[in-house]
Formats: sequence, C-alpha cells, structure tokens
Amino acid sequence: MASKPQTRLSKSYAEWRSQSHASQKERKDQFTSLSFRKQPELVTSENIGAFAEREQLGYPGEFPFTRGVQPTMYRGRLWTMRQFAGFGSPEDTNRRFKYLLAHGQTGLSTAFDMPSLMGYDADHAKSRGEVGREGVSVSTIEDMERLFDGIDLAQVTVSMTINCTATAAMAMYFAMARRRGISFDQLGGTIQNDMFKEFIAQKEWICPPAPAVKLACDIIQYCAESAPKFNGISISGYHIREAGATAVQELAFTLADGVGYVEHCLARGMKIDDFAPRLSFFFDVHNDFFEEIAKFRAARRIWAKLMRDRFGAKSERSMILRTHAQTAGVSLTAQQPLNNVARVAIQALAAVLGGVQSLHTNSMDETLSLPTEGAAKVALRTQQIIAEETGVTNVIDPLGGSYYVERLTNEIEAEALEYIAKIDALGGMLRAVETGFPQKEIAEASYRFQLEVDARERSIVGVNCYQDEQEQEIPTLKVDFEAEKQQADKVRAFKAKRDRVRLEKATAEIRSACRENRNVMPALIDGVDAGVTLGEISDIYREVFGVYTDPGLI
Amino acid sequence: MAQPTKHPIRVLIAKPGLDGHDRGAKVVARALRDAGMEVIYTGLHQTPEMIVRSALQEDVQAVGLSILSGAHMTLFPEVIELLKKEGAADVVVFGGGIIPKDDVEKLKQQGVKQIFLPGASTKEIVEWVKANISART
Repeated sequence: MASKPQTRLSKSYAEWRSQSHASQKERKDQFTSLSFRKQPELVTSENIGAFAEREQLGYPGEFPFTRGVQPTMYRGRLWTMRQFAGFGSPEDTNRRFKYLLAHGQTGLSTAFDMPSLMGYDADHAKSRGEVGREGVSVSTIEDMERLFDGIDLAQVTVSMTINCTATAAMAMYFAMARRRGISFDQLGGTIQNDMFKEFIAQKEWICPPAPAVKLACDIIQYCAESAPKFNGISISGYHIREAGATAVQELAFTLADGVGYVEHCLARGMKIDDFAPRLSFFFDVHNDFFEEIAKFRAARRIWAKLMRDRFGAKSERSMILRTHAQTAGVSLTAQQPLNNVARVAIQALAAVLGGVQSLHTNSMDETLSLPTEGAAKVALRTQQIIAEETGVTNVIDPLGGSYYVERLTNEIEAEALEYIAKIDALGGMLRAVETGFPQKEIAEASYRFQLEVDARERSIVGVNCYQDEQEQEIPTLKVDFEAEKQQADKVRAFKAKRDRVRLEKATAEIRSACRENRNVMPALIDGVDAGVTLGEISDIYREVFGVYTDPGLI
Repeated sequence: MAQPTKHPIRVLIAKPGLDGHDRGAKVVARALRDAGMEVIYTGLHQTPEMIVRSALQEDVQAVGLSILSGAHMTLFPEVIELLKKEGAADVVVFGGGIIPKDDVEKLKQQGVKQIFLPGASTKEIVEWVKANISART
C-alpha cells in the first residue's frame, strides 16, 4: 500500500539546525544583501512570518496585484523593450531610433542632453561643451520634428526622459502631433516629469520645489483631460537608487513621491480615478536578485493599498502600479567591460521575474561613454533572449509562494511603509525634500556602501577582486564637437526667422499663465508652435518662479 | 624653537557643468574630510568662473573636478586656464568621472594632474592627494 505523503517535516527547524550545524562552518560571519539587510540562511514554513495568500497575493490582475498587474502577464503580451537613446543632433538620434526599431525594439525612449534638461538652448553660453553629449539636443519645435521624422507617432509609444523642462518638451511633442494632424488621444507614451526625485537625486532643476511640482502636475492634468493614452508622469526611483539609496529607500521615497503628486492633484480638485490610472513608475533593477524581485512585488502591493485605502480610489486601474525598469548603470564597471553583459542579463531577469511592463537594458560600455550601436544591440538582444529562450515568460510570477521571496516581499513592504510614515510625519514629500531628509539618507547609504567596497567587505568582480593585469579594450562612441556648433547655428537661424508679433504674443501668454497660476500647457503648445524655444520658456520660469540652487550638502 | 604648525590640506571639490551626478563628488569630499583635510564642496552646476572664484576665496591647494556629462574636454581646460590667469597656477587640479581613455591623456597634457576613473577607491584618491599636495605651513 502506498504511504500517504507527509505534510509535516520530521523535525523542527531548530532541531535540524542544532544537529547539522555542529560541524559545519559558514564562509562569512554575516550574509547581507546589497542594501545592508541581514539575510536568513533558510526560510521554511516555520519562519516565513505572517503569510496569507488571499490578502498578500491574490491572483494576477487582481488586488493587491502582488503577482502582477495583468491576468495573463507575459503569456498575453511581453514587456515593452524600450531602449533609452539619444546623442548629438536630432538627426543622429533619429537614425539610432530607426536602427533600434529595425532590430525589434517595440517602443522609443528619448535621452535629452544636459542643456535641454536644464533649460538652456544650444546657443547659450552655459551649453558650451554639453550639446548633444549626454543625450540629444532639442531647443526648438523644429528639433523635435527632426527627432521624430519618419516615425508614426500614432503607432509607436514614445518615452521622454525630461523633468524640469518637461512642460516645454511635452508642448513641442503635442504641437508636432497637431502639425501632423494626429489627435492627442492617439498619442501613447510617457514623459518622466518627476520633479521630487530631481531634488532628491538627479538634481536637474530650474525653480524651487513648490513651483516645480506645480508645473509637473500641469502635465498630469493636461494629459488626463486631453491625451488620455499618454502617461503624464513616470514616478522614478531609478535615479534615487543610482545616487546610492538602498532598495527600501528607493521604493519608499518613490512611492512617497507618488503620494505627494496625488495630494497635489487632489488639492487642485482633480478626481482620483480621473488621473491615477495614468500615473506610471520607473524603478532601478540592481544586482541583488531576490531583493529586486521582492521590491517590485512589494511596490505593487503598497501602491494598491495606498490608492484604495488612503485615497479612496474606486477603479482598479487607479490601484495598479505599472512600471518601467532599467538595469543599474551604477553597477557597471569600467574594468573588464564585457563582464557588464552578464550583470545586465541577471538584472534584466530579475526585472522580468518582478513583473515589469517595460525594460531598458544598459549597454556594456556605459561607464565609458554613451553606447555604441553594437553595444546597444547586445543589450536589446539580452532582453530578447530572456523573452524567447529562457522560458521564464511561460508562468506568471513563478517565484510566488517561495518561502524566501514571500518573506522578503513582506519585509521590504514593512520597511518601506515605515519610511513613508516618517515622511508623512515630516509633513509630506515636499517638506521632506525642502529639509533634505531623503537627500541625507541617500548620502549616508552611498558613503557606507563605498567604504564597504574599499574595505573589500563587498566584492566587485574586476574592480576589487579578480582584477586583470591587461585591460580589455572595447570600442566607444565618440560624439564630435561639430554637432554642438551645428545645433547652436541652427537655433540662432531659427530664432532669427520667427514672426516677431506672433512670438511676442505667445511669450506674453505663457508669462501670464505662469503668473496667474493657470495650467501652462495650452499656452506652451501654442507658444512653441509660434517659435518660443525651450530656453526661453525656462527663462520665463526663472523670472516668475525663481531659481533653485544646490544646498551642496555632503 | 617651536615647529611650524602644519595646517590641514585644503581642497575644493567642484561640479562643473550641468549634470547632476553628485554621488562621486560627495563620496570623495567625505573621504578627504574623514582623512583630516579641509574640504569645501561647491554644489552642482558651477561654471569654470565660479569654481576658480571659490578656489581663490577659500585659498585651497587643490581643486577636484567631477563631471559625468561628457563636457570635460571643454570645462576642465577652462578651469586650468582661468587659474593661470588669476596667478594661481600652483593650485593642483585633479578630476574624475565618465572620461574616455583618450581624453585622459589629453587632459593631463593640458595640466590636469590626475584623473580617477570609475572603480577608483576612496583610499587611492586620499593617498594620491596626500602624496601630491603639500599642506601649507
């Protein structure tokens, strides 16, 4: 007679441990995660902690969305492979866009150069040396038109990574669509437009936090009302993490930023279910495999509960945290750069197991320069290998129910909620940012991490262990200085040929929209069409809202 | 006779250009400070003129420039030229960031004393500063 399967283990965890560990030694005194979290040796049904499948997991596509935001996840549709690209002139980047689309990329993502991101036209003195170097140079609506030349805006979703000048870029994008006869409700895409994280981590700003957040919410509102398929914000943890935050800090600060925007929009009189479905997110995906997977799962659960319980959302679409992810640029090494391909693959796998909606994989050469075409292709192919060859897309949330992953998800959720409560106690994210709370927490974590690397308590292959005598050389992208000169000349020529009367009227209208605390978007869309440049819009912001300077805390 | 007092080395850590990547600059500033030096950090988005003014006002012996936007070939030499013009060519300029190999050599020829690339340890930077910059007596 077959024996019945045993449902209980033959001994307790404590018994097993005392018996088996008597003569066994471990390699280290302590095993810690990348985010300084002490890790258990083993998780069993005994030490998983409070675990309730119904409340904590549910089914995919159902509250609290721990197992994923769609009922079919990658069996229904793969994530969007969206490689971030931009350098040189709009024509240079347009060529790269078309190259990526031709190789199977399914969405576009625009990297702007520093002058565009900081509100200076290519012909400005502060733009010297920076034009087209870290992204594409866009000062005018004609630059925007050249950037998307021959690309069907009604077919491809476009992401734009731009923040303090997001209103200007968004206005150019809409004005371009209008010129092409495409209605705004056909436009799909995302603009980053997240100013909280700028003050916390990325540090691209024009005016102080309060007006900056006001402008960000202008886009959220305008998209909610006029471009319903466009995500007016991508609430971003990426830069927070890259600046040195732990996984929990990244998660907590990002969600607290989201809370800050929701509160601002509600205070304007917007209805939660009218705009919350288009709040999108963007997280880093770093080296600590399970910690990252648990972070994505916890993110969805926390956000769903916040939206339902704190903000009274009724629509399930408002409770869904949809996210883009990017592999961790900061984890890449200049030493032995080919090793970065392995790092990126492992990080990308974590993002997929974490259930993200779109993904950028970094190129191996990004600690050296912007990526070459070849390196960018390997990065894209990495995603395609995960999607097509590994089988991880066959089953939804394959790690759901893992003792360790569920415990980790619960722990990360609890720790993030503690941080969010701390920020609430400080008076919300705007106040927290003004006092420098998240900035200081990140600086502490980043310094601690570097000291641990320097002391070799943390290993980085090729940097503080397994070093090579002979350095690997790989090709790098060179952006020549011609692009800067040409862009500056083009902007000057553009400015010279504008209709002065129309221009002045448009400029005055933008200024009054700012002064009268109206939504700036309608005035900006007409303004850029009349030739107002990104730098000129930024000058109006500087004049009306004031200029923010770095407190320079170390 | 009493020994002349040795003052700590004074270093300005500066972020030229428009990029906001200040993680490295802050870590280096803290590491130099923890090593007993007097460190002044400019904060972000500084023009070469602003950096040189701070260097003179703060009477530093060295300026550490951090840049990750790719504008190093324009902005680093400008800092060096302006220091010369102000009669402060003795101020040692070093730097770090995302800087391609070919550019490292060119920058050294133009007077940047050392460039630290990604992966450099704080220890290495502290030791280099101690070895190459002498404190005023």
